[in-house]
Amino acid sequence: MNRFIPAILALFLAMPTAALASGDGQEAPAQHPWSWNGIFGTYDREQLQGGLEVFLAQCINCHGLKYIHFRDLVQIGLSEDQAKALAEGFDVAGDPDEWGDPTTRPAALFDGFPDPYRNNTEAAALNNGAVPPDLSLMVKARPDGSNYILSLLTDEDYNEGNPDDDGLYPNHYFSSGAIAMAPPLFEGLVQDHDGNDVSVEEMAVNVTAFLTWAAEPKLEDRKGMGLKVLLFLLVLTGLLYVCKRKIWADVAH
Amino acid sequence: MERLLNIGLVRWFDNRLPILSFTNEHLMVYPAPRNLNYAWNFGSLAGLALVIQIVTGIVLAMHYTPHTEMAFDSVERIMRDVNYGWLIRYMHSNGASFFFIVVYLHVFRGLYYGSYKAPREVLWWIGLVILLAMMGTAFMGYVLPWGQMSFWGATVITNLFSAIPIIGVPIVEWLWGGFAVDNPTLNRFYSLHYLLPFAIVGLVVLHMWALHHKKSNNPLGIDYKGPQDFIPFHPYYTIKDAVGVGVFLILLSIFLFYAPNYMGHPDNYIPADPLKTPAHIVPEWYFLPFYAILRAVPDIWFIPAKLAGVIGMGLSIGILFLLPWLDTSRIRSATFRPVFKWFYWFMVLDMMVLGYVGAQPAEGVWIVIGRIATSYYFLHFLILLPLIGWFEKPRALPDSIAKPVLSGGPGVAASAAQDKA
Amino acid sequence: MAEHSLGAHEETRRDFLYVATGAVAAVGAACAAWPFIAQMNPSADVLALSSTEVDISPVQVGQQITVKWRGKPVFIRHRTEQDIAEARAVPLEDLKDPQTDEERVERPEWLIMVGVCTHLGCIPLADAGDFDGWFCPCHGSHYDSSGRIRKGPAPENLTIPGYAFTDDTTVVVG
Repeated sequence: MNRFIPAILALFLAMPTAALASGDGQEAPAQHPWSWNGIFGTYDREQLQGGLEVFLAQCINCHGLKYIHFRDLVQIGLSEDQAKALAEGFDVAGDPDEWGDPTTRPAALFDGFPDPYRNNTEAAALNNGAVPPDLSLMVKARPDGSNYILSLLTDEDYNEGNPDDDGLYPNHYFSSGAIAMAPPLFEGLVQDHDGNDVSVEEMAVNVTAFLTWAAEPKLEDRKGMGLKVLLFLLVLTGLLYVCKRKIWADVAH
Repeated sequence: MERLLNIGLVRWFDNRLPILSFTNEHLMVYPAPRNLNYAWNFGSLAGLALVIQIVTGIVLAMHYTPHTEMAFDSVERIMRDVNYGWLIRYMHSNGASFFFIVVYLHVFRGLYYGSYKAPREVLWWIGLVILLAMMGTAFMGYVLPWGQMSFWGATVITNLFSAIPIIGVPIVEWLWGGFAVDNPTLNRFYSLHYLLPFAIVGLVVLHMWALHHKKSNNPLGIDYKGPQDFIPFHPYYTIKDAVGVGVFLILLSIFLFYAPNYMGHPDNYIPADPLKTPAHIVPEWYFLPFYAILRAVPDIWFIPAKLAGVIGMGLSIGILFLLPWLDTSRIRSATFRPVFKWFYWFMVLDMMVLGYVGAQPAEGVWIVIGRIATSYYFLHFLILLPLIGWFEKPRALPDSIAKPVLSGGPGVAASAAQDKA
Repeated sequence: MAEHSLGAHEETRRDFLYVATGAVAAVGAACAAWPFIAQMNPSADVLALSSTEVDISPVQVGQQITVKWRGKPVFIRHRTEQDIAEARAVPLEDLKDPQTDEERVERPEWLIMVGVCTHLGCIPLADAGDFDGWFCPCHGSHYDSSGRIRKGPAPENLTIPGYAFTDDTTVVVG
């Protein structure tokens, strides 16, 4: 019976990948050595802040990030004042005025990133019929999400920026092979501390890291706790096993 | 426990409500066969998994909102803002998968060692009902986050009921509370998802009662001859079950902390959109074999494929209720059934194949493989098992449970003496 | 059969193993229980609303606004010189809950207090009652121009929340 357990385990573990293997035959994304990979993985705060910069320079014009609140940005290294100042650059719906008319107010720390469009209809109308999706969970909403996003953004043919007859841009990694979004990253979009343009590759890595954090802000807590829990359980299970052997020592079985 | 029951006050209470003596009788001195192997751990692990699901579920219910406009957001709030919310949510989602893992292993133990045979038929039936209740609970639970797979999985599976002639469509609209899966459906699934686990607890009580009435089966599959075949549940099986719990928690923790979304589907992180169907609708892994059977069955005579598939899927568990009689062998344990043993493992392989097929699009070679695997499944239980039982020549059974293990040692001497008596 | 009982107190090496294992398991159980208790504590989004910033520039002298703070109403009154003088003239012996006006305000012209009657929780009405302050219509408690209880069943003065002026036109409550 025990001989078959490895085979069964292998088949069982193959099943989820089987479930995911129903991808649409696009190219598999390249595997990037992300800082959060592995048991001891953590985020790189420099990367996350660089990614936030790219997001604010480009992505935010069309994409929402509703599940990230401005107060959450403290986790990636902004001070509360910096996060507050950033928030105040955005307007959100306020309380009605004395006549009952809608007002706006500057966003506060407790607000989430406001949507760039009032509703999906406006979003589609201004984007050739395609609604730019909210990006808060995009990394978890695609198989191998981080690598997928990085590959999609850095695809060389895609970055040529030549749309086909339908106005779509060919991309080897996007599910249908052509994406409605024009290549968003170009040199000159953001500068580093010395004033030099950041490369497309580096911007893509940074913004992917930022989006990964946006989808999984608790990753570091999770892996940190995991290490402690597993070490504890290994010790406890070992102790329990020794107890078991001792208790069973004098019983024929 | 004896010292506890000697205290006057404790005895007074126990005399009126015998919680302690009941615990003593059924969890401590309770006789269990001395030769149980680790395959017998999965029952207690299933009980643990049920408790984990109930506790994490009740806590999640403190933060979840069962309305189509707010469900997805409430889950994200749990993941980001509720203290340890991410931990409890992942514990619940991975716990559900692990519940099915241990229950399937528990069932496969029963299939290998003939635990479903007389006199444990009713025990087996109650177990099957528990499995069905678990499947209903899991199905409704998966709808609650209101992701794309939640919505579309609910739509596909509830639509199956429309296959029933004449009354099918009214039944589906009754289930939905409307003309499609929508807010009324979500609300009632929430209510039932909270309810069903407590029905499962009741069924587990019946399951344990039936078990204790006839005592456990054992790896040799032979009946007990006398007290020398048994050892008290405590401390032997309490500690052995504790080891099993440790291993279970280690495996659960590996997934929970390092691959929490491995067994799930990325599409469920997209909010439900009734106007956009995902490219491939796939249920959670533990439903895949049944999904494969559902899709495999073609038009049969005058029965359209849709209805035939539903019937096939239902029968795949339905025929298991007849298993004690389909398996005609007098021998319980596969240890002594060389022919049956091979067919058993082939059946396991067939179910794995069905699981794999269930995850593939219903096209091309997968349809063929699915049909072969489905046919073989029914062939195994309906044709092969009765035949193997009749024609197989089993190996010689040992005289008793205690006999094969008598090889000296202090605890054994007493058993040997009793054996001679 | 030999007696095996986990946690027996004979000092054998075998029993130390059982006690140690039991202790480790108990610690693990306590650690595992903690998240289930902590999850009921206020979550991050609730804590984010635990302090409220208020722009008090539109509040004229003699006017009061009410803002929501932690789900409760907070009165912010721009007091007149008369209000302040009246409040400071009250002898402490007259007060059921003795507090000087100076103790209750950071800047005398701004009275900031939680607008919940300390009797049973109704919201007192402004510019009402016998003491030029507030009056609670539920059971007839009268508060003065410093929000102190003067007459009626309420046991305590209206609560002063923690607050701080970030500048002359902005106060952060809580």
